[in-house]
Amino acid sequence: MKKQKGAFSAIYSALILLFLYAPMGVMVWFSFNASNSTATFAGFSLRWYGALLENPDAQNALRNTLVLALLAASVSVALGTAAALGIDRLRKHWVRALLLHITNLPLMNPEIVTGISMMLLFVFGAKLLHLDSPLGFGSLLIAHITFCLPYVILSVLPKLRQTDPHLAEAAQDLGCSRMQAFFKVVLPAISTGVVSAFLMAFTISLDDFVISNFTNGPSFQTLPLYIYSMTKKRVKPDMYALSSLIFVAIFVLLLLSNWAQARAEKRATKKEG
Amino acid sequence: MNQPKKRERINDATPALNAPYLLWSLLFIVAPLAMVAVYAFLGQNNTFSLDVFRSLFATADGRRMWGKVFGDSLLYALAATVICLGLAFPLAHFMAAGRARAQRTMMMLIMVPMWMNFLICTYSWRTILETHGVINSFLSWLRLPGLKLLNTPGAVVLGMVYNYLPFMILPVYSVMSKLNPSLVEAAQDLGANRRAVLFRVTVPLSLPGVVSGIIMVFVPSVSTFYISQKLGGKGSLIGDAIEAQFMVPDYGKGAALSLILMAIILVCMMAMRRFSDGEEGSFIA
Repeated sequence: MKKQKGAFSAIYSALILLFLYAPMGVMVWFSFNASNSTATFAGFSLRWYGALLENPDAQNALRNTLVLALLAASVSVALGTAAALGIDRLRKHWVRALLLHITNLPLMNPEIVTGISMMLLFVFGAKLLHLDSPLGFGSLLIAHITFCLPYVILSVLPKLRQTDPHLAEAAQDLGCSRMQAFFKVVLPAISTGVVSAFLMAFTISLDDFVISNFTNGPSFQTLPLYIYSMTKKRVKPDMYALSSLIFVAIFVLLLLSNWAQARAEKRATKKEG
Repeated sequence: MNQPKKRERINDATPALNAPYLLWSLLFIVAPLAMVAVYAFLGQNNTFSLDVFRSLFATADGRRMWGKVFGDSLLYALAATVICLGLAFPLAHFMAAGRARAQRTMMMLIMVPMWMNFLICTYSWRTILETHGVINSFLSWLRLPGLKLLNTPGAVVLGMVYNYLPFMILPVYSVMSKLNPSLVEAAQDLGANRRAVLFRVTVPLSLPGVVSGIIMVFVPSVSTFYISQKLGGKGSLIGDAIEAQFMVPDYGKGAALSLILMAIILVCMMAMRRFSDGEEGSFIA
């Protein structure tokens, strides 16, 4: 009886995974297509990977995406950690509730609404300040910082709640300045939250399409926007080759982190035992 | 005797910490939303007016068209949400019952697709569903007649389910994995059969995860514009309409449609909130 149930759950899980990975399989398969179709397979070739190496637009978009994600994640982590500290210490209940409600807004709103609302603000702001083109790298960076902030705050705040506030006070009593107390006591205690906030902000920024679509200008293109412009026409397998490379990179990264986690846990249990 | 100098304590709230974020959020979260309302209600000579809404719904044709757009969007999103829940609940249940190592591996395998670019994944479904695509090639190899799969409502719902299924699995699983197993044992000891345990213990206790999963699938589904364009032929959902207005650009109409979309989502959320405690931060738990 028990064995039967185990087999059923294994088959069910496998089917769900098959569904989740079907497009990836197709993508990798057709990236090796010898012809320029993404519908019929004409034979094995590496030509589309070669084409990628000679595609300055794609490489430029990749570089732009990484620069933007790095900047957006850094600024939002700094701003968001400070905000979390501030919110954590607020004694006035209603101010705190208000700030948290505002923080939740971008999470509740559909992305398209966040995107168009920021676009309207930039257009209106440009009219007010008599600027020519409001949309570009600057507006994109502001938008990315803004939608990363809630994730940063909501991942740092719980860590702050778990730390004992008296520790920082003790550090101050022992002669630390406020800054020293923060960097020597508070920051180490919340470091896991800060690191995961950075990673989350980085990956969300990396992958964002909807909000970027409304807040970017013609001067600065990110990878998702580049892929979007490519999928407007008939896609050639070079897009599949690019995505296959990204897929492999993500898979290896997650595999490594999974393995590291498993090892750390094993070591921890050994120590206890 | 000297009074000890009053030092700033580290645990005191200071304006310096809160001011930057308060300013940022007012400027880039609150003000943009206010702009949406301003553009939606802006009349000819910069006065408040309902002209934009009137132009959308004045004629019978307009009412019929927008009724269909909003109705389809709600229907597709609802279908996708129900299917996601139906697929995710058993999976989360099985995952939570598995060994720690298997659980971690499954989590990783479910997260990989979330990190992939959703545009290219959605586009790949075209390769699978096309007239001469993967499924139809397989059918013709079996000497079965081909099916029209692409550019159908079913394909759009499939695209939504595909893209947002992980957002249902993760919150449901995260609640279920923290369920106290002795509660299930207690119910069994008290004479509950498997069905009773499932419906009277497991399901009610995993409701918070289910609620946040429903919100996380429904909101992006009801507002999508890429999936419907690529898998449904031409986009005919509310997200497509908003995008089209902003590409024209007709900011007034686009803002008005966005406002209606927000109102619909707000009503749905308030209905859902009655089921959950609405804990802060439950969205990314």
